Amino acid sequence: MDWLNALIQGILLGGLYALFAAGLSLIFGVMRLVNIAHGDLIVLAAYMGLTTTIVLGVHPFVAMLLVIPAMALFGYVLQRGILNQTLGDDLLPPLLVTFGLSVIIQNALLEVYTADPQKMDAGALETASVSVGGLSLGILPLMTFGIAVVIIAGLQFIFYRTALGRAFRAVSDNQDIAQLMGLNRRHVFGLAMALALAVTAIAGILLGIRTSFDPSIGGGRLIFGFEAVIIGGLGNLWGTLAGGVILGAAQTLGAKIDPGWQLLAGHIVFLFILAIRPNGLFPRISG
Amino acid sequence: MPEPILNIDRLDAYYGDFQALYGVEMTVQEGEVLAIIGSNGAGKSTLLRSISGLMDNDADQIRYRSEPIGRLRADQIAKKGIALVPEGRQLFPSLSVEENLVIGGQVGRKGPWSLDKVFKLFPVLEERRSVASTSLSGGQQQMVAISRALMSNPDLILFDEISLGLAPVIIKSIYDALPGIVGEGMSAVIVEQDITKALSVSSRVYCLQEGRVSLTGLSDAVSREEISRAYFGVEQ
Repeated sequence: MDWLNALIQGILLGGLYALFAAGLSLIFGVMRLVNIAHGDLIVLAAYMGLTTTIVLGVHPFVAMLLVIPAMALFGYVLQRGILNQTLGDDLLPPLLVTFGLSVIIQNALLEVYTADPQKMDAGALETASVSVGGLSLGILPLMTFGIAVVIIAGLQFIFYRTALGRAFRAVSDNQDIAQLMGLNRRHVFGLAMALALAVTAIAGILLGIRTSFDPSIGGGRLIFGFEAVIIGGLGNLWGTLAGGVILGAAQTLGAKIDPGWQLLAGHIVFLFILAIRPNGLFPRISG
Repeated sequence: MPEPILNIDRLDAYYGDFQALYGVEMTVQEGEVLAIIGSNGAGKSTLLRSISGLMDNDADQIRYRSEPIGRLRADQIAKKGIALVPEGRQLFPSLSVEENLVIGGQVGRKGPWSLDKVFKLFPVLEERRSVASTSLSGGQQQMVAISRALMSNPDLILFDEISLGLAPVIIKSIYDALPGIVGEGMSAVIVEQDITKALSVSSRVYCLQEGRVSLTGLSDAVSREEISRAYFGVEQ
């Protein structure tokens, strides 16, 4: 029973990892940009949520309504203002620039919020649970997983059923030809980053309710996001969810064997899958 | 003479240090079909890429309906009514046949062309509307590429090597469809390797040689000798 419990907790945790990964996956899929600052943007969103809850005295889920559009707007401006200039045939400039961005965000957060760990207060929701067949499942992890499924389904819908998604795929396929179709790729990229950071806002706030955070934890979230994307297969959003679930389950099962093995078990499973299936478990499918 | 729809004035084009076009002068009249011929590397595709905004040019080097468009981006030019059917078809592999067509129509210009109308022109595309564009034959892909350009309801359509790599029977069916396309009052520029084909569908012809215009004339008036001289640059 303990093992089953650990497995289920891990699966639910995987929902959060899938949310970390979804924005990363979307950005790479549309514009071949590896965003090193992604983890720090998640932490930034958590701090924005924290400030909103404290200043306005609202619940973190209400704060989301403000943080999501704010992060989306930030994403669009960031893309049009800086990141578009780095995109080209060379993969190195966007890597370097987003690495620099990561350093800047971390230090700015340190300056404003200090290095003390913070946590968002979600009230009774944090400890509420339901009992299912002898297992006690936290409402918050269940909600996180549910949100992750809804977000992935929503992104999938946008990608394959809307004009915006068509533009994303067309620009990803061939930027020049997409331009001939009247699509300004700089604008399309801006919209992709806005969407990715809107998802990041949700991920950051859920993270900030679940655990305490400080300005330095972005790197770790980036790694989890990367691992989920790679396990699932690049460019496949449902695969990303599966990747998050596998990573989460590996971590909690590892922790069950020995608490010190939590992160290690996740990394080992990641490396194992990378070794046997270098393209991930579910490589890109076309809708 | 009426104002030409497109006026190219001393156009130079570069790929890095390499100069691909040298002082090209060209006009396209409203409603005419213009052919551009020339050997590989003569600059034909570069010329079409310049017109459609995929190359950087000076503003005044290309004028469309008297407006300088040389500096505009390709998406801005597409919205003004110039469409390119690119060499090698270049469909979007992640998009279905229908999505490839719809995205062409997304430019947002009004006109006679719609999904129904291109399906009438190429009925096979309607049967295969929901399959991935990569699963079509070369000829069908070319039909999609042409239809995708038509969906934007352009006033000027540029065809780059539409018969390249296709079977003769397919080439014939595509050229048979051409009068129905330009009959709508559209102007067209056709880049074609097959000189006989190019001359038969066009009213005027330009020959490019090493980035320069080496011959212009009425398609039914230019002689074989003139063309081979302009094409190869040697006296025969």
